[in-house]
Amino acid sequence: MSDFLLNFVGDWHALVVLLLAGVFPNQIWRMLGLWLGSGIDEGSDLLMWIKAVATAILAGVIAEILVRPPGALASVPDVLRYGAVVVGFVVFALTRRSIFAGVVSGELVMLAGKWWLG
Amino acid sequence: MAAVRFTILSLVLFVTYVGIGALAHDTHFSLAWAILATLLVWAGPAQIILISTLSSGASIVQAAIAVTVSAVRLFPMVVAVLPMMRTPQTRQRQLALVAHFTAVTLWVECYRFLPHVPRDRRMAFVQGLGSGLALIGLVATAIGYELAANLTQTFASAILLLTPLSFLFSTARNSRGLADVLALGLGLAFYPLASLLNSGIDILISGVAAGTIAFGVHKWRERS
Repeated sequence: MSDFLLNFVGDWHALVVLLLAGVFPNQIWRMLGLWLGSGIDEGSDLLMWIKAVATAILAGVIAEILVRPPGALASVPDVLRYGAVVVGFVVFALTRRSIFAGVVSGELVMLAGKWWLG
Repeated sequence: MAAVRFTILSLVLFVTYVGIGALAHDTHFSLAWAILATLLVWAGPAQIILISTLSSGASIVQAAIAVTVSAVRLFPMVVAVLPMMRTPQTRQRQLALVAHFTAVTLWVECYRFLPHVPRDRRMAFVQGLGSGLALIGLVATAIGYELAANLTQTFASAILLLTPLSFLFSTARNSRGLADVLALGLGLAFYPLASLLNSGIDILISGVAAGTIAFGVHKWRERS
């Protein structure tokens, strides 16, 4: 095998880990939705509860990225990460729920803060 | 205006996957690994969680649990999206492809676009939309991976901050009823508490608690 191909594929063991820890645990929920979905009434209490839990879990995922930041984000001080999200949310609310305005202002607060702190 | 908003969501998707590609590079996964993850997982938060748990030395089982907890949200999304395009002629494997494409971006776009598309054309429309979004994600993953070595730390952190910001606002935008708003707010508030437990399933604990309270309050208000 050429060097390029070796570098590109890397360690095959990592690819098996990707399937076991990433692909299957993620896809099982989509496939359950596909198999069980046609039997569930869209307005049922069960589905409403699942949706509420799913939304709260997504909120937890968002909070986790902020509380335990991955990679380079860990170099941004806590106050700055939380401040950026709060300011972004205020702008989002004031601009009649513009995702774009919220994201841009949150990013600007973070960048300005990093620049300010050097 | 609809076209402009489509571009913004695609742009957020693009930059998010540039960030995931860069994260994969910095944590020493191969380019093929990063591309396959985008193709086969196709869920931004799950990919970030997978990369950060594996690179922090967690076991396969711990990583799998963290990923599967973050992916529960895909279940109600698939259940909500598929009936919008199902016709008596629809084949199961067409639905399976749409189920695979279903993630927050496609879900939001289905609610926005599908009411304007005739039912018998919706399957083709969503498969086209899903493939387009997936292509954007794949190209962005590769670009982010190759760029990573040249990214400054500030730029890389700005890209990673994009995921929580865009997920928070797109979820808030789609929160219509009291149950949705409460689930989002309580979910954000409960996670820092649950994370003190350090149980490995902190997100599941805070999510089930916050979601159940939100659902309970909604039912209670409905009755009274």
